[in-house]
Amino acid sequence: MRTESDPLSVTFAALADPTRRAILSRLSQGEASVTELAKPFDLSLPGISKHLKVLQRAGLVTQGRNAQWRPCRLEAGRLKAASDWVGEYRRFWDESFQRLDDVLQEILEKEK
Amino acid sequence: MGTKETRTMPKTDYRVEPGKQDIISEVVLDAPRELVFKAYTDPDLFARWWGPRRYENRVEKFDSRTGGEWRVTQVGDDGTEHGFRGVNHDVVAPERICQTFEYLGVPGHVALQTATFEAVGNKTKVVAQIVFQSVMDRDGMVASGMQSGADESMERLVELLDELKAER
Repeated sequence: MRTESDPLSVTFAALADPTRRAILSRLSQGEASVTELAKPFDLSLPGISKHLKVLQRAGLVTQGRNAQWRPCRLEAGRLKAASDWVGEYRRFWDESFQRLDDVLQEILEKEK
Repeated sequence: MGTKETRTMPKTDYRVEPGKQDIISEVVLDAPRELVFKAYTDPDLFARWWGPRRYENRVEKFDSRTGGEWRVTQVGDDGTEHGFRGVNHDVVAPERICQTFEYLGVPGHVALQTATFEAVGNKTKVVAQIVFQSVMDRDGMVASGMQSGADESMERLVELLDELKAER
């Protein structure tokens, strides 16, 4: 099977859940403990831990070992890969459609 | 992205779902459907808009009839070339173009792309779907083919998160 095992697919799968994206959003502002992460959600600690495990497996989040409160940290690298990918595709078509729009408007101007 | 504003720029929506092998993009263009269709099927017009600005399109083959072949090379200002080719499976004026799509940088990975054109008053809604042969093809094609070594930051990351959030 060559479908689901590549890193980008794992990343996208981890990003598919709104709670996990909210966790990442929060972590993009800085480290947080599991308790802190659980607060805004209506979730038990085990519930949050489950989401964190998925994010860790996808390489999106790491958890510190040193401090007592074992802060969770966003690993931007993997997310950047996903962001780059979507960004490239978007850039291609955003720019294409802008140019298309320019060409269309130019033709419409001439027809007036 | 897309905060720079000239006149009202077309805003494209993308649907890239985890584990699926297609991408759907949707945009509304301020022009009648016949004209949009022409921009897709006339080689001179097509060359003027397809792809990022930093590439010049060299149209090598462009037979916009059902069964016709197309082959376009994008030439960067540094001379790098990216070739694309395919066959038009179905061209129904002014509604629909269904064609194969292959990036020659990764030969053998053929995608099927369908663009439909829908008149919305005097505007045209374009829905483009591209279906890859596998999830891996989908996730790998653009990364290898349309890369540009972009400079990224946390900003884009947050943007991506917002986008993914908005999709739900």
